[in-house]
Amino acid sequence: MTTIAVARPATTAPRAIERATGEARWIRWTLTAVALGFLALTLVLPLILVFHEAFAKGISAYLDAIREPDALSAARLTLLIASIAVPINLIFGVAAAWCISKFEFRGKYLLITLIDLPFAVSPVISGMIFVLLFGMHGWFGPWLFDHDIKIIFAVPGMVLATTFVTAPFIARELIPLMQEQGTEEEEAAIVLGAGGWQTFWRVTLPNIKWGLLYGLILCNARAMGEFGAVSVVSGHIRGETNTLPLHVEILYNEYAFAASFAVASVLTLLALVTLALKTLVEWRQRRAAGEQADADAPLERIAA
Amino acid sequence: MRRSSRSVLPGFGVSLGITCTYLSLMVLLPLATIFTRTADLSWDSFWGTVTNPRVLASYRVTFGASLVAALVNTVFGLLVAWVLVRYRFPGRRLVDAIVDLPFALPTAVAGISLTTLYASNGWVGRYLEPFGLKVAYTWVGITVALIFIGLPFVVRTVQPVLDDLEVDVEEAAASLGARRWQTFTRVVLPTIAPALLTGFALAFARAIGEYGSVVFISGNMPMKTEIVPLLIITKLEQYDYAGATAVALVMLVASFALLLGINLMQWAARRRVGGAGV
Repeated sequence: MTTIAVARPATTAPRAIERATGEARWIRWTLTAVALGFLALTLVLPLILVFHEAFAKGISAYLDAIREPDALSAARLTLLIASIAVPINLIFGVAAAWCISKFEFRGKYLLITLIDLPFAVSPVISGMIFVLLFGMHGWFGPWLFDHDIKIIFAVPGMVLATTFVTAPFIARELIPLMQEQGTEEEEAAIVLGAGGWQTFWRVTLPNIKWGLLYGLILCNARAMGEFGAVSVVSGHIRGETNTLPLHVEILYNEYAFAASFAVASVLTLLALVTLALKTLVEWRQRRAAGEQADADAPLERIAA
Repeated sequence: MRRSSRSVLPGFGVSLGITCTYLSLMVLLPLATIFTRTADLSWDSFWGTVTNPRVLASYRVTFGASLVAALVNTVFGLLVAWVLVRYRFPGRRLVDAIVDLPFALPTAVAGISLTTLYASNGWVGRYLEPFGLKVAYTWVGITVALIFIGLPFVVRTVQPVLDDLEVDVEEAAASLGARRWQTFTRVVLPTIAPALLTGFALAFARAIGEYGSVVFISGNMPMKTEIVPLLIITKLEQYDYAGATAVALVMLVASFALLLGINLMQWAARRRVGGAGV
């Protein structure tokens, strides 16, 4: 350790420093007011409007809209798709983060960039590529038709498109976290005789659990809310290939605004729960990092 | 790919195998279809498709609105990040959490909500209508939706950099006689400029591909308010696969160029920060 932390001397004139590096009170207030006003207009107002419109025709109409068979089947399909796409991307995310963060190899940065690719692709194109692969005129289309397997305009295509769109979430969350943590703890466990899996479960997982949860939450939110990609590969058949976001669109286009917003409010609640969990996880993560730093500090002092 | 140094840790082969197989089958193979499909077209018909007047108009709408939205987000995103990092006010944590709303809210929900808000009888639209400003079903509406979608990208890129900024430098500037505004433009802004640029690029990249939040508010008039992603869908629905892939290829190249630019910028920023530390 070459850097020496110097406690900042007590300033004789804290006010003066504050004035020099801070803004005058009226500027502070104006900036805060403009920022909060902007956020209220762009983010909070649309949020409030969803619930206002959802209950525009009363609570019983609201309950009818979300208990209607088509809405329920859309909800089931949304859950089904997320329950397939998220675990697949969990395995991929952990595997990718493991090889990238724990080993050195050539082409690593290319691999990281490739993982990010789905984020750079428009949702519409993300859906379209599966039509080009499995659609009637696609690469595998004729073969699938001969064997009577339907992927496009059916549930498998929607699962594929959702999996593609949500692929980077967990890997992206884990890679920087695990890179920061290094390999020392795992190496110690292995040297002491632990097996590979044992090391992963007992050493790595406890260290990354909050980051992993964070990635899972974001991945799930996107899987349940994806619209563009799923829209391209869905047959838009009510009760069959409609997810909740697609159901919102259908109702809205039929001018059933209250019902559309009622279903939308369910998705909005999901988003709010996601945000709450995310905030909680971030807070735990920061606290865990703080404890870690406290625990590391004495060791580092000895090492120095 | 070869490991350059031996490690005692197990699982390299398996994890790299899973990663590469998955990326190849799930990401690269599907994306490759766009290139092979376009290769079926002759150069003339490809060029004819991607420079068709209606397609050119949709580029103008998409890139124009995305640019304006990303610029607005750069200004307000910096302001929001600054206020969140530097000032203390009641409810700050709640405000900080709500910034991520566009990441969590399904785009279709954002789309119908913004459309209702800015329609001529909507909560906001009715106050703009008397001034002759129509938002929903116009170019302005598309921009409003893209501002909603892109805001967190700028805030979340700039915020950590502002957080790490040492106040010492600002104190030094102040003690050397710099005015507050001078300190901001000469000391703070250059330091956060790479992050700000990255945030702008991320917001812009997201905006050009955005579909769900825009398609409701845009009105979808060909030549006027038709965005590129919608045009691709329209071509697909007409079974014009060749046309759809040709336009998609143009968008894909634009997106990849942006992604490359963003990665290069972050790499350069890391190197600069790393260089300063040694």
